[in-house]
Amino acid sequence: MNKLDSLESQSVYILREAYREFKSLAMLWSIGKDSTVLLWLSRKAFFGHVPFPLVHIDTSYKIPEMIQYRDELARKWKLNMVFGQNTKALTEKKTFPEGAIDRIACCRALKSEALKHTLAGDWPRFRMNHATGQYELDKNTEPYTGVIVGARADEEGSRSKERYFSPRDKNNEWDIGDQPPELWNQFKTDFAPGTHVRIHPLLDWTELNVWEYIEREKIPMTKLYFDQGDGKRYRSLGCFPCTFSVESKAKTVAEIVEELRSGKFANIAERSGRAQDKEDGGGLETLRRDGYM
Amino acid sequence: MTHEREHMNVVIVGHVDHGKSTLIGRLLADTGALPEGKLEAVKANCERNAKPFEYAFLLDALKDEQSQGITIDTARSFFKSKKRDYIIIDAPGHIEFLKNMVSGAARAEAALLVIDAHEGIQENSKRHGYMLSFLGINNITVCINKMDLVQYQKAVYNRIKEEYGNFLKELNLKPSAFIPISAREGDNMVHLSKRMPWYQRETILEALDSFKMAAAKDEQPLRFPLQDIYRFTEEEDDRRIFAGRIETGRLHVGDEVIFYPSFKQSRVKSIEGFSTNPVQEMAAGQSTGVCLATQIYVKPGEIMCKKLEKAPHLSSKFKANVFWMGRQPMVKNKKYKLKIATLQIPVILHEILSVLDASELSSVKNKSTVDRHDVAECVLETMKPVGFDIVTEISETGRFVIVDQYEIVGGGIILAPVFEGQTSLQEQIQQREQNWQRSEITPDKRFLKHQHKSAFVILTGPADTDKQKIAKALEEELFKLGKFAYFLGISNQLMAAKDSSQDRTLGKLEQIQQLGEMAHMMTDAGLILLTSISNLDEFELKMMKELNQPNKTFVINVGESHLASSSVDLFIPDQNSLEKSIQEIFKILLKAIALDPEYTI
Repeated sequence: MNKLDSLESQSVYILREAYREFKSLAMLWSIGKDSTVLLWLSRKAFFGHVPFPLVHIDTSYKIPEMIQYRDELARKWKLNMVFGQNTKALTEKKTFPEGAIDRIACCRALKSEALKHTLAGDWPRFRMNHATGQYELDKNTEPYTGVIVGARADEEGSRSKERYFSPRDKNNEWDIGDQPPELWNQFKTDFAPGTHVRIHPLLDWTELNVWEYIEREKIPMTKLYFDQGDGKRYRSLGCFPCTFSVESKAKTVAEIVEELRSGKFANIAERSGRAQDKEDGGGLETLRRDGYM
Repeated sequence: MTHEREHMNVVIVGHVDHGKSTLIGRLLADTGALPEGKLEAVKANCERNAKPFEYAFLLDALKDEQSQGITIDTARSFFKSKKRDYIIIDAPGHIEFLKNMVSGAARAEAALLVIDAHEGIQENSKRHGYMLSFLGINNITVCINKMDLVQYQKAVYNRIKEEYGNFLKELNLKPSAFIPISAREGDNMVHLSKRMPWYQRETILEALDSFKMAAAKDEQPLRFPLQDIYRFTEEEDDRRIFAGRIETGRLHVGDEVIFYPSFKQSRVKSIEGFSTNPVQEMAAGQSTGVCLATQIYVKPGEIMCKKLEKAPHLSSKFKANVFWMGRQPMVKNKKYKLKIATLQIPVILHEILSVLDASELSSVKNKSTVDRHDVAECVLETMKPVGFDIVTEISETGRFVIVDQYEIVGGGIILAPVFEGQTSLQEQIQQREQNWQRSEITPDKRFLKHQHKSAFVILTGPADTDKQKIAKALEEELFKLGKFAYFLGISNQLMAAKDSSQDRTLGKLEQIQQLGEMAHMMTDAGLILLTSISNLDEFELKMMKELNQPNKTFVINVGESHLASSSVDLFIPDQNSLEKSIQEIFKILLKAIALDPEYTI
């Protein structure tokens, strides 16, 4: 087996373990390349089906093309698509840069808080009705106890310490000092009431692996990742006030792969275009402990 | 097409403070593997906090760890040599974080074991060596670090090499090399150091490149632990797909297969996939799914094997080495959950043979519990027979973890199946019989009084059948006839309730055991006890029958059956009328428990 085959096989194995063990399972889909690869791997694992809801946390600051791409794929692949958001912070404009708060506080409100309550089911969830193509209030308010996330170990310091199955307590907090042992493909699939487990099938993948797999499997990607003619593209997608495009003329997946393998980005960290990382002391751990994805 | 490079996971282990993180940081820096952002960020952070930069900080990116100065969890970093790609796993050296060390090491194919030349061999140098042998990692290089602190003396190197080499020999581990290094100064990491002219062998980088990749497992017998069975009918997909990963061996369309422990057999009709070309064969390591030629009922957790290949062992008892990580010690006769490949099953510690102090390799006999960080040779007993292999033959189906209270608290490797001795259920029954004060009213006296013997009648079958209705109607009929009968109607709800609040694996069997005990008491009182429970399997029935002994148990299957005919007394088709069903059950009861066949019960 080659590298991509074995990465795929392990991810599929993890997804199937999660599906068997967690009655209330959801996958976070950020619309970015990693979680879209995760979505593709789910279709591999379940032979063309995606047997759990896909949850998107909509900060309303996402680059508009992302939402368009999300809904297109949701319709095409008949996905059980759900989104949630922090409507209170948005109405009160407690956001960056409009409100008088910094990037970290904005992330905490629009992402961490929204995620926590959407997962718990105590804030409204909106689900796509495939008959009308519109989002409607989701009647299911059951908390998700298993949450599949596209985090990769090579992204930054704290993520390299994650487990494939990583418990979160009642407050969504991650106790890095006391993580469960994980050996021989036996994962933490048992959890106390009120807690949930984050599942990371992409932990062993690198940014390059992700793009190589996108190339091999011909997975549709949002055009934001590609140079549209102005010599700029996004390498990592987030909210537009905090995510900056990079100088690159890569117009195709193959060109991106080349750029990462031996070209200009071979030695530059992927998240160097994410402003909130730098405000957090060189790592994302403050945010991640609070439940940031 | 991508040109394919080898990739290998290497774990760095050793006692706390012996310089593991520094070694990795240095390796990353000297091989040019650091992303530009990372080194800058850490250097800037050091400047902000007015402390000198150290290579270890590259790894210890977490705030907790930097303030404590120790690694608490495994971190992964990536680097490339000319030969292959590496994932370097930094394992913590502190005893408190042994479970993290194990988690890191269990992913690795090779290990660098770091020993501080100045401080010498410490407790965890040995413990980690032992854990490597436990985890089956044979690719090992010993790095004797901080040579700068001992003036690069050859004598220090030789002393540690000899002492530690002897220790590893006892574990049957043969390190590929002992390398004197100073990670901080960069000696013998990537280039041979001029400060140790007496050492002219491999550098750390060369030692890594000389590790051998694990051999492919294609040539071993097929082991396909069943992960799940999918049928997405609501999405108009009628395939019944048996999904799992081929742990060892090969699987080909047309293969005759057999599942353990159920012994169900079938033939592989097709290998399924998504967005891929149809294939005829799959081999070890691949996650896949198959459709079978016949309709068979098997459960996730069973192992699919080839009929013509070596079968796994099948037993409910086995001898194993268990490594304990739980805060509570492992005790005898408590129910834990065993996870082996994709199977989950209740297990108890039957017997402790010896407990090993892994830091000294001395064994302690006559210990009654297995404490945290102990390694114990013991006999474990599962509540039902399990299919498994001996770890040295097929490791994927020869090792397991133990779960207690939502946590993985132990890991183990199977040394041999055990067939002799009683099962714990038999022991329990024996004990019960010894302690039971029998009434002066003999069973015979009760037969005469009730005009029938006692019986435990279990109705089982799929969830959506009329079992319960039949059982209730039967109770009413018997009651009308003046018989001493009782329908126990709580079992289904009880089991369902336990399902959500308690562990699924332990919950059901515990309920069944309690029900068996209860049945024994009530049948001993001369009662005809009726109950209905969905989807019981052979072992669960056997357990209840054993517990109800010496009194009679009858098993009635309503609707489609997955049970062997030997464990069922009567099969009732689902479309039977209520009257007909009752009539048929009456018929077998009449034959078996009426005092005299002439009497009607």
